[in-house]
Amino acid sequence: MTSVRPISLAIAALGGQGGGVVSDWLVEVARRSDFLAQATSVPGVAQRTGATIYYLEFFPRVALPADGRRPIFALMPNPGDVDIVVASEAIEAGRVLERGLVTQRTTFIASSHRVYTIAEKSHLGDGRADPAPIVALARSRSKRFIELDLQAVADSQGSVISAAMLGAICGSNALPFLRQAYLDAIRAGGIAVDSSIRAFERARSIVLTERADPQSGMAVASLDGLPARLAERIRRVVPSRAQEIACSGVSRLLDYQDLSYAELYLDRLEAIINCDSAVSGDYMLTETFARGLALWMSFEDTIRVADLKIRASRTQRVLRDARVGAGEIAQITEFMKPRIQELCGTMPAGLGGWFLKSSAPKRWLSYVAGDRKISTSTVSGFLQLYCLASLRGFRHKTLRYQQEQLRIGEWLTLLRTLAPVHYALALEVACCQELLKGYGDTHERGASRFAIILAKARDWAQEPEAATWVNALRKAALADEHGKEFTEALAVRAEARDSLSSSGACSLH
Amino acid sequence: MAERSFAREVEALRLGAGAQFEGEAILAVTKGLLQAGVSYIGGYQGAPVSHLMDVLSDARDILTELGVYFEASASEAGAAAMLSASINYPLRGAVTWKSTVGTNVASDALANLASSGVTGGALMIVGEDYGEGASIMQERTHAFAMKSQVWLLDPRPDSTAIVDMVERGFELSETSSTPVMLMLRIRACHMRGTFVAKNNVSPKFTIQQALKSPRRSASRIILPPATYAQEQEKIVDRWPAAVRYIVEHQLNEIHSGAAAGIGIVMQGGLYNTVLRALNLLGLADVFGASKIPLYILNVTYPLVPEEFSRFAEGKKALLIVEEGQPEFIEQTVNQFLRQAGSQTQIVGKGPLPMAGEYTGAVVSVGIKSFLTQWAPQELLSDAQAAPLGSAPAVLQPIQQLKAKVPPRPPGLCTGCPERPFFASMKLVQRELGEVHVSADIGCHSFATLAPFHMGSSIMGYGLGSASAAALSSGRGGERSVSLMGDGGFWHNGLTSGIANSVFNQHDSVTVIIDNGYSAATGGQYIPSSRVDLKNGKGRNSIERAVRGVGVEWVRTVRTYNMKQCMAALREALTAVYKGPKVIIAEGECQLNRHRRLAPVLQRMAKEGKRVVRQRFGIDPDVCTGDHSCIRLSGCPSLTLKSNPDPLRRDPVAHVDNSCVGCGVCGEIAHAAVLCPSFYRADIIANPTAFDRIKLQIRSAVIGFLQRRFERRLARHKMRSVA
Repeated sequence: MTSVRPISLAIAALGGQGGGVVSDWLVEVARRSDFLAQATSVPGVAQRTGATIYYLEFFPRVALPADGRRPIFALMPNPGDVDIVVASEAIEAGRVLERGLVTQRTTFIASSHRVYTIAEKSHLGDGRADPAPIVALARSRSKRFIELDLQAVADSQGSVISAAMLGAICGSNALPFLRQAYLDAIRAGGIAVDSSIRAFERARSIVLTERADPQSGMAVASLDGLPARLAERIRRVVPSRAQEIACSGVSRLLDYQDLSYAELYLDRLEAIINCDSAVSGDYMLTETFARGLALWMSFEDTIRVADLKIRASRTQRVLRDARVGAGEIAQITEFMKPRIQELCGTMPAGLGGWFLKSSAPKRWLSYVAGDRKISTSTVSGFLQLYCLASLRGFRHKTLRYQQEQLRIGEWLTLLRTLAPVHYALALEVACCQELLKGYGDTHERGASRFAIILAKARDWAQEPEAATWVNALRKAALADEHGKEFTEALAVRAEARDSLSSSGACSLH
Repeated sequence: MAERSFAREVEALRLGAGAQFEGEAILAVTKGLLQAGVSYIGGYQGAPVSHLMDVLSDARDILTELGVYFEASASEAGAAAMLSASINYPLRGAVTWKSTVGTNVASDALANLASSGVTGGALMIVGEDYGEGASIMQERTHAFAMKSQVWLLDPRPDSTAIVDMVERGFELSETSSTPVMLMLRIRACHMRGTFVAKNNVSPKFTIQQALKSPRRSASRIILPPATYAQEQEKIVDRWPAAVRYIVEHQLNEIHSGAAAGIGIVMQGGLYNTVLRALNLLGLADVFGASKIPLYILNVTYPLVPEEFSRFAEGKKALLIVEEGQPEFIEQTVNQFLRQAGSQTQIVGKGPLPMAGEYTGAVVSVGIKSFLTQWAPQELLSDAQAAPLGSAPAVLQPIQQLKAKVPPRPPGLCTGCPERPFFASMKLVQRELGEVHVSADIGCHSFATLAPFHMGSSIMGYGLGSASAAALSSGRGGERSVSLMGDGGFWHNGLTSGIANSVFNQHDSVTVIIDNGYSAATGGQYIPSSRVDLKNGKGRNSIERAVRGVGVEWVRTVRTYNMKQCMAALREALTAVYKGPKVIIAEGECQLNRHRRLAPVLQRMAKEGKRVVRQRFGIDPDVCTGDHSCIRLSGCPSLTLKSNPDPLRRDPVAHVDNSCVGCGVCGEIAHAAVLCPSFYRADIIANPTAFDRIKLQIRSAVIGFLQRRFERRLARHKMRSVA
């Protein structure tokens, strides 16, 4: 009885990523290298965007016994018995780890890019899973862990991830096959040969040299880019921990409106800074408020949307994102559907308010509102948005502007009242600004939940647990769209209060 | 035109004697059929045997050359009924389907076929959709074999063994006048391996010969008293004949081993898994030499009592490795051995789990546990020293990751035409309130998952409408909606659902999703496919069929037109009309459409012709990261990316490069009044002179305005008084 065993390789891929193509290539590579190979998979329904595993085993013909017997290949990976595991995506790397396929005998190649799952994408805020613990486990569990962004490699070569996977496998040297055999197999496949070979070579050389491409960072505003007067004021007034955010806030509001609006931002911020310095030393509230205030003050009205859509930089971005090649022409069409509320919001406060309360004129206006598919590549379409964007100078007279400033004022007042008596609660209330986002109904839903939480917070100024309660309400407000969890969370709070007041003596413990 | 083309691979079907055949097991089975001189083939697609239908469809030329008749049957029942050609004539016939769902549908014809008995070999190739990757409820085909007395082959997952079993299967069928099922598990179907080919053989007896001299025998008809005689015949003649053939041709394999007192019995399909487990436990080499005697059941029904008695002789215990439940084999073996007075212990379910797939890990753990109790000491110490013997911890999945790895359920593809329809349904339900939805089988089943969460039950292919029958009285004014795919419609939904709702005057709403193909199984053609077929007739209208059975209220909508879909749904749910209401929602399967059009467009672009492609995008500075668009769409290409805005923390929605430009995201944003961040880019390759002049004029004007705007923006930034 001999102890030789086949070399085993598992590919964890997503439906549509071409795991089957990699598998076919590898069978061909093996054949050309005088190895027996068997490949299996379980496509089934997983083929439709789900997760699936391809499994291969290789056996060298030279090691075959003389009596003509052939190796009995396994049809699925056995935990503890897999030499190479390839995961085509960061979370799929976690899934193969979870299945126990990666052990100390495993060379583990994982793409660091993310293909978000529907649960992560559906979240009202940020529901993205964190790959960091997976990477840590991958390093400690495997013989060798190779991580690189295979999708980016493929994209950079105008190819698909399957070719990059094959390159990474070759580069890892975990299979006893020569580079030439891989190249021959790709050529024999006969489909998209050139781009596949480019992606193959790129991934291979990255893995061989273990040199990843530098990651591009986020553009952060700095004091240098701001008008001197504002820069000086930020340096003087804003505590260092909030300076970066204040810079971003100021530059955002300059872009949104004008210098005096940016100054209004700093006035409001200063009010909280003063309050904060009196109560705490670490300016947590200032930082949170600086972020929320900048976002709120740059509320997305129709003027803002039009403004963002007509800029030259935006046209350039679309051409780049849509991969418009040289010699090609692109025409851009915007999908706008302002509701009557948005139209009235852009009118002078008096007129807008009258329209909203009216009957016949409102009906007429809602007829005008309708679908708007505007091509900003045509002169007439562009002009429509250009005119709308030009209303910027008139913005402070609009209904929406006045409504938002009023609400910002209320929020600010509440924060200033709460900060000295209940700092933690003030901090939570400041965080609640994140509920204000989206357009139309989405925005209205967020705003109404925000208003409810603020009213509660006002009542809870004396409750030691209030910060935890507001935190729970905020999270519930973001948990589902239809407000089921939010309503339940409110009910839980109301019940708790009832039981507390009915057994008042207990609360003294 | 199916999702996967085997046009290149089918050439291997022509290989002659001695040539090395290489390919998927499904392709190997086809080659096996041709080598065995099959006369006719039918079947219905479904994983894991969809590719078998695709291979056959792509191999029509070769089949015709050999005089083999092939058709894609209307349903599994149709396919099973087709085998009746082998009752009276020495014609070898083969059919295929997904099991057990397909066997359920086929079982009416199958039971009658089994009772009649066959003259020519009748082979059913069934794909056992069990375990990881399965898309159906978990049951065993074994039960069908037992109830109708049809023989069940479960060959070792090895191309040579499978191909050999195809030929043996025909012989077994003919010898015992009984139809035979050849069962392949999911992984075995998709296994790529090699075998040595033989020459293809034209059928010895042809269909034309049969038609020229028709035969009948009253004893083959399913009417009393013949049926009583047939039952006796099954027991007295056919069963013993089958057992004789199995023993004589050694269809089951007994591998001897040195270990005393124990042995392992397994279904043939599990042989590789068992052997690898033994190998990892240090008890076998990879070439099949095992220290423990093995009995491999390549035929799992009927079982052979003598073989069991022989194998059990002198052994204290046997481990039965039998996947799925109930444990039919284990029960039968217990009975055999008790009746034979053997004292051998039968161990099976216990060390091995009663339910669920027998993966490598499960089988390893089971065998280890069996050995701990029954194996002689020296064998156990061998096992302790092996890689898996001493480290059971490696077999344990990493629990701590469970919460950190989000599940990845299947969903509708990028650009799927069904997406806008379900988004419309979601929006209409927001307006009119939630309704009961009876779902069906097909791609649209995914609407029961995120982000649509629609559908309370799935009862079977084409049964969406029928499953809403009790909920269609309309009393109280509430209406339920049932779904049905075009595949399910032709399979049986037209009669079981639509005609029935007319006959019983249901106050119901049925939506027929017409994507033009049997899309979930790989895009095979169906009667309403909009295509001119070489061997048949497509373009059979669903609407005419529906009206033909008496439905008066029919609306046909384009799924991409959400306004139209929403209007039709609203009308159907609120109309005064009380009878059955049918909405036909048309939109071609994007995968097939892409396969059809992409080469054409590529060629046109290469030839310098004007080609417009569309794709969608999102302005990251306009998107506020609330993701309502995703909750209404779920398109794979509509995803997230980190917010480029340093002040915002929530990721923005983002359309990645897999976008096919179907436009649904824009439509959804419009219909649901979501947000203005979507845009569409029409990209013109090889623009005409007119296009270019237009672009120049527009760029000049727009460029001027943009520069003017930038200057004003700079002024605003410096302006101190508003």
